[in-house]
Amino acid sequence: MAVPPETAQQIAQGSGASGRRKPVETRPQFVIRFAGDSGDGMQLAGMQFTTESALAGNDIATLPDFPAEIRAPAGTLAGVSGFQLNFSSQQVFTPGDEPSVLVAMNPAALKVNLEDLKPNGVLIIDKEGFTDANLKKAGYTSNPLTDHSLDKFQVFEIEVSKLTTSAVRELGLNTRAVNRCRNFFVLGLLSWLFQRPTKSVTDYIESRFKKTPDVMEANLRAFRAGFNYGETTEIFASAYEVKPAEIAPGFYRNITGNTATALGFVAASVKSGRPLFLGSYPITPASDVLHELSGFKNFPIYTFQAEDEIAGVASAIGAAFGGSIGITTTSGPGMNLKAEAIGLAVKVELPLVITDIQRAGPSTGMPTKPEQADLLMAMYGRHGESPIPIIAASTPADCFDCAYEAVRLAIKYMTPVILLTDGHLANGAEPWLVPDADKLPEIKVEFRTDPNGFMPYLRDEETLSRPWAIPGTPGLEHRIGGLSSEHLTGNVSYSPSNNEMMVRLRARKIAGIAREIPPIQVFGDAQGGDLLLVGWGSTYGTLREAVTNLRAKGKSVSHVHLRYLNPLPSDFGDVLRRFKKVMVAEMNMGQLLKMIRADYLIDAVGCNKIQGRPFKVSEVESRIMRALEG
Amino acid sequence: MATALTRKDFVSDQEVRWCPGCGDYAILAQVQKIMPELGVPRENTVFISGIGCSSRFPYYMNTYGFHTIHGRAPAIATGLKLTRPELDVWVVTGDGDGLSIGGNHLIHALRRNIDLKILLFNNRIYGLTKGQYSPTSEVGKVTKSTPAGSVDFPFNPITVALGTHASFVARSVDVEQKHLQDTLKRAHAHRGASFVEILQNCNIFNDGAFNDVSDKAIKADHQLVLEHGKPLVFGKNRDKGIRMNGMRPEVVALGNGVTEKDLVVHDETNLSLAFMLGHFEPPMPTPVGVFYAASRPTYDAAVNAQLAEARKSQGPGELRSLLRRGDTWNVK
Ligand SMILES: Cc1ncc(C[n+]2csc(CCOP(=O)(O)OP(=O)(O)O)c2C)c(N)n1
Ligand code: SF4
Ligand SMILES: [Mg+2]
Repeated sequence: MAVPPETAQQIAQGSGASGRRKPVETRPQFVIRFAGDSGDGMQLAGMQFTTESALAGNDIATLPDFPAEIRAPAGTLAGVSGFQLNFSSQQVFTPGDEPSVLVAMNPAALKVNLEDLKPNGVLIIDKEGFTDANLKKAGYTSNPLTDHSLDKFQVFEIEVSKLTTSAVRELGLNTRAVNRCRNFFVLGLLSWLFQRPTKSVTDYIESRFKKTPDVMEANLRAFRAGFNYGETTEIFASAYEVKPAEIAPGFYRNITGNTATALGFVAASVKSGRPLFLGSYPITPASDVLHELSGFKNFPIYTFQAEDEIAGVASAIGAAFGGSIGITTTSGPGMNLKAEAIGLAVKVELPLVITDIQRAGPSTGMPTKPEQADLLMAMYGRHGESPIPIIAASTPADCFDCAYEAVRLAIKYMTPVILLTDGHLANGAEPWLVPDADKLPEIKVEFRTDPNGFMPYLRDEETLSRPWAIPGTPGLEHRIGGLSSEHLTGNVSYSPSNNEMMVRLRARKIAGIAREIPPIQVFGDAQGGDLLLVGWGSTYGTLREAVTNLRAKGKSVSHVHLRYLNPLPSDFGDVLRRFKKVMVAEMNMGQLLKMIRADYLIDAVGCNKIQGRPFKVSEVESRIMRALEG
Repeated sequence: MATALTRKDFVSDQEVRWCPGCGDYAILAQVQKIMPELGVPRENTVFISGIGCSSRFPYYMNTYGFHTIHGRAPAIATGLKLTRPELDVWVVTGDGDGLSIGGNHLIHALRRNIDLKILLFNNRIYGLTKGQYSPTSEVGKVTKSTPAGSVDFPFNPITVALGTHASFVARSVDVEQKHLQDTLKRAHAHRGASFVEILQNCNIFNDGAFNDVSDKAIKADHQLVLEHGKPLVFGKNRDKGIRMNGMRPEVVALGNGVTEKDLVVHDETNLSLAFMLGHFEPPMPTPVGVFYAASRPTYDAAVNAQLAEARKSQGPGELRSLLRRGDTWNVK
């Protein structure tokens, strides 16, 4: 709005700007990482760049990397915040192993990220961030900008603060406010460098700062200045272009795993016609699901920020008893606290979905970093025989389907269901082909209303689930509880044989879910081959890419990625036995591996990483190669 | 239909399994007795409990019931009441269940003022686990786990509840039939979290813990019945009262120039007075009745009002448009 017309036009047209003087090189793909101090706004810049790239038609995948401390001292290694984006004219599976472009706003950001930058990669540096004090904080004894340690990269030193300041000088903002525009200067520069369409950014700035017109204007000017700087100065000889990818037609939305999880639950609530109740206690990286759902009150959705994780799950059980869809969301430490209540839900057979957005442990561990080490806890982390269906999402967008499926199973089988995602999925984003709300699978809720012949534990013949009989229904007054209860009547019973029967009935009920798990899709050689790589959860993209690469080299390698971890698909054993070797890749010490070895007596081997970081494609490839040779 | 119900309609078909002579029987009887008078259909009444002898309660009520896990009943009841505000939700808990393992849930339910009727059976002992001391056991108590006497300073359930700014706080006694009935009815009529401590005799592991207030022969001299707007008088001959001596309460004998006019008049809406009375412990008389009752917004009503308001201002939730929000684009 306040943009001078000619510039507005130029920005709006992005790559199509008239009067461009510099040549444009076309490349298939780039991996770019934004890194700076937590206060430098690199997440925002990264996300805006992602939107531009999506709008440019590229396939994309992102990986944010936050520091655990909210306000780590400025300039320190602990305070570095990063955001990585892979944008491509081909299909993208992962945010990319190593960036080919690194933006470093200060020495700490450089130090933390440089080892990942590809040789000859583009390094864009805010020169003014490289003060003696900042160099010292980052532990540099000499200035990397002058000591030739960066010689193998294409280094672009830019005086971001000075340029930003001069772009917004007339507005008379204070230094702090000016500094907060630096990320948009950088974003402008990169938008030029990669010839991105910029309208989404200017729209964003205009709506985000609607209430503070001078800040809005400053950010617009900084953004524009960055864009023009690339075009007009001599620093960059050429710009780059990444052509649109071939993407299935449809309506797309860039979505993070946590948002997709939240929306999956909303969709399940709408489709089942029952209110959603979330009982939760804040914990990284799960809190965003609570935040998100608390904004959808009109559906209706209840969100209850409980006094602790126990109350979170307990309140969800209470809501389920009353006929709502009770869910709880947490991460590892909270899962431990919920265990007893989950056991109660197993015993009283009420629907409930527990989402564990896994993070690196043990104990407080690395709260912002992903891991997959809660699988066996999900399987066995309760006293007594208490089997629970477990499903795991494999990509950010897949969180939607998995959350939806978790609710569907919980209701159909009157059981708690554990949904596993992780910090990598939670904050990572990808384009999501928005489903047609009308075509989502049915979720049928049938409350028992007829008192004739009603018994609380009279099971459905097919699913073995008991009736959902909710308070308020005349004639169905009954009591449920954690004590062992009699078949059919549900009355307290200490009969040994009855107890065994009930335990076995519940186990059969859960095992029976395998009936509706679709047959396994083998990527590669369905009829068998040298090696099958098995994975679950957020490793999907990396494993698929590694197997794709090796297959291109003629290796007989295939990939199976599991969504259902309990029960396992009924054809899983057959599939495993068709391969000479089975390798299970997980971000833990081998938990699915143990389950496979135990259930199928197969001498599978592990591929494991416990660094709070996803696998790199290259790591998986070399591990597979070693196994093939060994 | 509700009016046609009788006490019997609230008796379930399950055999009651408390020890003969347990105070829980008397409490069950009074609860079953008042139920028909509350005018709430049976199907709209829910009893939720934790674990303990006291927490077996729901099995004996012919209503909806949920015997849950140790200490968590208030949290489970919260989820139910929020989503089904039309239901009458009662919580039955014990001194261990509600003040030890479940202390956190209890204080937060009271603080939020969610419309639950919370009955805490205080026998100052862990009954179900066969006689360990509890958070309300007195210092020096010898139990299985404190052979040398407990050195653990106890909670006072009333002042704990008042400390959370609970909006209804009362105490009654298992064997005081009429008083217990009246207290339960008042608790039920209150909108918001009602907390009732019921002094309950565990004749197996802590027999006579409340003799001074339950033994007919002596109770009049030890029990101070609180009545709103009335002076604090007690004693067999109603010849004693509570008077302020500066900032401190004291027991005075009526007569010799001391009249009821000199005594403290009970005011249920005065939180400071409630605290003062809540702290009464022997040799002061033990107050029973309503310490505090005040009206403040309930959590369940506020939560549901926000939902209704969102529905009104934004319209009912619409899935299709919700899924299509955010950074979107079309691929042709
Ligand atoms: C998690 C857990 N810890 C311990 C127990 C054992 N336990 C059952 S009841 C109880 C104490 C009950 O005391 P109180 O609440 O005073 O009830 P009472 O039996 O006296 O009525 C204990 C420790 C349990 N059931 N669950
Ligand atoms: S142990 Fe005590 S509280 Fe429990 S049933 Fe027996 S008498 Fe009652
Ligand atoms: Mg007790």
